[in-house]
Amino acid sequence: MPLSIATRNHQPVWRRRTTRAQWALWSAWLVGTALLVLCSKVIADNTTWSFVADAGRQAGDLIGRMLPPEWYYAGELWRPLWDTLNIATLGTGLGILIAFPIAFLAARNTSPHPALRPLALMVIVSSRSINSLIWALLLVLILGPGTLAGIIAIALRSIGFIGKLLYEAIEEIHLTPMEAVSATGASRLQLMSYGVLPQIMPAFAGISVYRWDINIREATVLGLVGAGGIGLELNASINTLAWDRVAVIFVLIFATVMVSEWVSAKVRHAII
Amino acid sequence: MTGGRGETITTTGHAVTWRRPPLIRDRRWRWGLMAGTAVYLALAIASIEVDWSRVVDGLARGAAFVAAFAQPDFVSRWEDIVAGILESLTMTVVSTFIGILLSIPVGLGAARNVSAWPVYMFCRGMIAVSRTFQEVIIAILFVAMFGFGPLAGVVTLAFATIGFMAKLLAEDIESIDWRQVEAVRATGAGWWQLMNHAVQPQVTPRLLGLSLYRLDINFRESAVIGIVGAGGIGATLNTAIDRYEYGSAAAILLVIIAIVMVTEYASSHARRFLQ
Amino acid sequence: MAGIPMLRLAGVSKRYGKDVPALSDIDLSLPRGQVLALIGPSGAGKSTLIRCVNRLVEPTQGHVWLEDIAVTRLRGAQLRRARRSMGMIFQEYALVDRLTVMENVLSGRLGYVGFWRSFLRRYPGEDVAEALRMLERVGMPDSMDKRADALSGGQRQRVGIARALLQAPSLLLIDEPTASLDPRTSRQIMRLIRELCSERDLAAIINIHDVALAQRFADRIVGLRDGRIVYDGTPDGLTPAVLTTIYGEEEWSTAPAGDEESGGVGHTRQMPLPVGDAS
Repeated sequence: MPLSIATRNHQPVWRRRTTRAQWALWSAWLVGTALLVLCSKVIADNTTWSFVADAGRQAGDLIGRMLPPEWYYAGELWRPLWDTLNIATLGTGLGILIAFPIAFLAARNTSPHPALRPLALMVIVSSRSINSLIWALLLVLILGPGTLAGIIAIALRSIGFIGKLLYEAIEEIHLTPMEAVSATGASRLQLMSYGVLPQIMPAFAGISVYRWDINIREATVLGLVGAGGIGLELNASINTLAWDRVAVIFVLIFATVMVSEWVSAKVRHAII
Repeated sequence: MTGGRGETITTTGHAVTWRRPPLIRDRRWRWGLMAGTAVYLALAIASIEVDWSRVVDGLARGAAFVAAFAQPDFVSRWEDIVAGILESLTMTVVSTFIGILLSIPVGLGAARNVSAWPVYMFCRGMIAVSRTFQEVIIAILFVAMFGFGPLAGVVTLAFATIGFMAKLLAEDIESIDWRQVEAVRATGAGWWQLMNHAVQPQVTPRLLGLSLYRLDINFRESAVIGIVGAGGIGATLNTAIDRYEYGSAAAILLVIIAIVMVTEYASSHARRFLQ
Repeated sequence: MAGIPMLRLAGVSKRYGKDVPALSDIDLSLPRGQVLALIGPSGAGKSTLIRCVNRLVEPTQGHVWLEDIAVTRLRGAQLRRARRSMGMIFQEYALVDRLTVMENVLSGRLGYVGFWRSFLRRYPGEDVAEALRMLERVGMPDSMDKRADALSGGQRQRVGIARALLQAPSLLLIDEPTASLDPRTSRQIMRLIRELCSERDLAAIINIHDVALAQRFADRIVGLRDGRIVYDGTPDGLTPAVLTTIYGEEEWSTAPAGDEESGGVGHTRQMPLPVGDAS
């Protein structure tokens, strides 16, 4: 960076950045800091500080109520836990089924028609922007409370996640095998199944398992809005201020998520 | 991985058939796995309880909701929407900043190659707790502690950010090029100088990229935790849905989608610029 | 139709965007059973030329006839049917890495079988038998269930050759078959290709960098420079002067002085004609 060397009093002075870059950096910092201060002030104005001053005592109180956890309550939690696992697993499966064709429509190199591509991207973006809990909120309204709403909510959120990562994987495949398969006189579908599918299979499996792992975590809270699973019990326990039961639920959720994360890491490791 | 001929080729008379070698070679494992999957699916699907008459009733609402997307109502709750979105955005900015700031020491502490054993265990434990519990659960606890309002949301999102960023940062630090560290150490640098000259340059670009990515996530999450009282647009959305104001709900969802699209587009550009 | 050449190109040109043309006005005709080596510097348009034949690259102008079929006029299913009678062999082998050797070889039949048959890997018995014969012929009888990425470069190219031949082609399009191989394997592969062409009376166009290999294994040499044919004749006719025309004088002059003075045939000197290894 010869530009950062200036001469002063016949001594070369080295700076890491040029003057202009330095100015740009400083102004970026200034704008950032101003924005941060402004935002902090908005938050501070909307906060009831007497509650905050009380927070330490509240936390102590909360922990006091949680201990000792009501362990035998765990016996009632197996069914909700089973539902939670089903919501995550079936939801992921359903999401995969829908996301798979959408990814092919969204990838630049496999999209059959230029008009379909923005449509597929639109579906992916909408699905990604809306959290599964919001989907659940809407679906409970339509389908009524229960695991079905949860499964569909998880599926709707997963479409965008899996679809996006998968279409990016499709766009990164090697072109030479594709060329070779077309040169044999293969049809479009055959080109997909011989040229594209084998190349994206590992990525596809990895993405699916990863999303399943995330979905286990998401499925634990869907019950808060009535969409089934262990969240229902959590909601009930919180509403009755039974914090010793809440503690049991937390321990169970922690263990479940840890196990699912371990499984997902193992499977992904085995694929690669 | 032997390429034996007997396994996949069968000859009957003159005709030769070939079967693709199965993914799982052991026949018992293969069938066991398939049977297990089938049994699981049957049990899982059987355990879904659906009140079909309720679903039929609800379909009309579903149709009304879909129709509302064609005619979203931005007007009647305009002020609530603006206030909610602004609150979500401010929560996003503040929580991302605090979260990243705190995730740097936690990430350093959780990197085995630069941290002492007890510090390592503590930081790893914190990351595990933060990553295991969905933001909404954490929000419930913080709302109980700090009362309703955006502060509980900020603390929640900051805590979730720490789990996310510190883990990735720690992994980055654990995989840095150790020769560069040794070269700087050989100049007689102290621990802070070492971090500044050998570790920081190696992890900064990805750290910046991840921060922008987390900004996206925090905005999306800020739209949800309002449901449990932690501030942001979620509360407005929840109210609208509870009151069957589909037009307003659709408007809010469209605004969220638009903002996510804009931030995602901006952050992907910024990330390309930073690289 | 003995009078009609296997392949005929008339006025074929290709221009990528607004750049200088990659190919201009190529006329070429190839009789049945002839092995033609296409030589020329990098960027002369060799790859583009053979890809224009099976229309992996769409020519901007001109016509290609495969016997009496006007390839350049075909669309959809007809184009695919024409493609299956033109086997193609690639520089980087272009196998599908995660498929087995057998699946790669059988993919040569894709133009003949329907989608579901190929998707479920239920190929007709005679295709499987032919695939086994081809694997045997190219010297890979025992690797059919290995995955393609477990093979060495020479083995992969043998699989690529088996795939192309399973198409039952009448013409082979071969793009730098030896560029990624060591000299010994290169010669083995070239000999294999040559033998298969003689056995099955196949015409072939081989793009090749290595002038010595081209002279050794081809019936006819075509030299391409800047998208135009500058030499078309027998291997013996490749005099130093001709090579200069093909590879360009200015390229010699940038080399260190004194090195290239004896006729400027650096390529042939670097790789002397091999002796004692003939088939």
